[in-house]
Amino acid sequence: MIRFENVTKVYARGARPALDAIDLEVERGEFLFLVGASGSGKSTFLRLVLREERPSAGRIFVAGKELSTLSTWKVPHLRRQIGAVFQDFRLLPNKTVFENVAFALQVIGKPRHHILTTVPDTLELVGLGGKEKRLPHELSGGEQQRVAIARAFVNRPSILLADEPTGNLDPTTSVGIMRLLDRINRTGTTVVMATHDDEIVDQMRKRVVELESGQMVRDQSRGVYGSAR
Amino acid sequence: MRLQFILSEIGIGLRRNLSMAVSVILVTFVSLTFVGAAGLLQLQIGEMKDDWYDQVEVTIYLCPQDSDVPTCAGGQISDEQTEALREELDSPAMADYVEAAYYESQEEAYDAFQERFADEWWAQGLTPDQMQASFRVALVDPSQYQVVADQFTGRQGVEDVRDPRAVVEPLILVMNRLSLVAAGIAGIMLLAAVLLITTTIRLSAMSRRRETGIMRLVGASNLFIQLPFMLEGAIAATIGAVMAVAGLWFGMRYLVEDWLAQSVQFIPYVGTDEVWMIAPVLVAVAIALAAISSVVTLSRYTKV
Repeated sequence: MIRFENVTKVYARGARPALDAIDLEVERGEFLFLVGASGSGKSTFLRLVLREERPSAGRIFVAGKELSTLSTWKVPHLRRQIGAVFQDFRLLPNKTVFENVAFALQVIGKPRHHILTTVPDTLELVGLGGKEKRLPHELSGGEQQRVAIARAFVNRPSILLADEPTGNLDPTTSVGIMRLLDRINRTGTTVVMATHDDEIVDQMRKRVVELESGQMVRDQSRGVYGSAR
Repeated sequence: MRLQFILSEIGIGLRRNLSMAVSVILVTFVSLTFVGAAGLLQLQIGEMKDDWYDQVEVTIYLCPQDSDVPTCAGGQISDEQTEALREELDSPAMADYVEAAYYESQEEAYDAFQERFADEWWAQGLTPDQMQASFRVALVDPSQYQVVADQFTGRQGVEDVRDPRAVVEPLILVMNRLSLVAAGIAGIMLLAAVLLITTTIRLSAMSRRRETGIMRLVGASNLFIQLPFMLEGAIAATIGAVMAVAGLWFGMRYLVEDWLAQSVQFIPYVGTDEVWMIAPVLVAVAIALAAISSVVTLSRYTKV
């Protein structure tokens, strides 16, 4: 589903690479934790998958397409196959829960009847049934993240990227979010989650890839957060 | 769904930046009014040229009874003198220049005058004696009028040789200058309009960065992201253009048709029809302005 072939990313000329010769393959339906200190290259990895950045060297394949040869006008279509969730939720504050999720479908031109059936289903899936008319500031942090996940998942992407989705949440709420991501993973969606949260990683027992200063120092199936040290 | 969604986005954008939208409207309004005025002046010049150059006739005014001009010292022109002039006009030597020459007697001049100013009280008091006989000389090539003028000026019995262009040409010159000034102002205003529209679009794009960020993330196409901003600029500019057309129409209707055409009658004027003629041009210019501004701005602020 995602394949990195010897990928290097250097932001500024002469600076230390953010990612250094990464080789990595993520299978369809896999759940992958990306761990490592701040600045180790986790976010760069996710940005490369979304093609918000282009690699300085190496090749990246996402959903069967090679990103470096993908023309700019095809990038939106690539992104429709990828859902993304962030630490800061990134909801639109003046739109309701329903509108926030519907927004993702409206802007890619989905017909109204499709939106009217899909959005309530997805909100039900993430456990927000009955809160369609709330505004984001009326929700708890965990609920806001659920809205963000609903928005990322409403178009049924084959890949879900999560950049520290529990970073702003307390442990109990985080567990709920992880259950949700796990459930989404079970529908066949590939999930890549960058995180600092060792408890969660240790609990879930999924594949763990650890980055350190842009280099891959560990790739462990059913791994834990900090075994390499 | 798509159209409705884009329209609502445009509405939100225009409302959020209302003062900027209004300033775009006003600047395009003023600049396009000047563009339109320059255009109308050119049309007016064209109209005048058509009217006066087509009928270019040199008029040789013959001496009336009491004239102060030296060549008229002998009083009213005699029949022999008239006959000599006619022969010369018809002579082979002048055939290269003169297409045809008509003699207009005092009575004919009187009739023509009475017909033209039938409603004027002051025309009633005139008699044929007070009118002036003349030769109307149609020219082969209107630009050669000087040759004919030189030939007949200063003859005994000829009071004056006049080319109507002598009257119109300074007027055309003034109008040409005016239209240049208008075009110059229009140019500066258009530049201001482009800069202002650019700023407006930029502000609008900045204030909706959150939305456009999410749109990019979920895979909205570039056009879909940029269209609301483009249309915002285009709508504001088009409203400005419509206002400019309305302003020119009212100016034409009340200043030219109602006032100028009544008080200075010897000139054919352009009218509201010409305003409708240039209206599409103004709207096209407005849309082009907005398009240029969008392309300049959006490629930088909402790229994938």
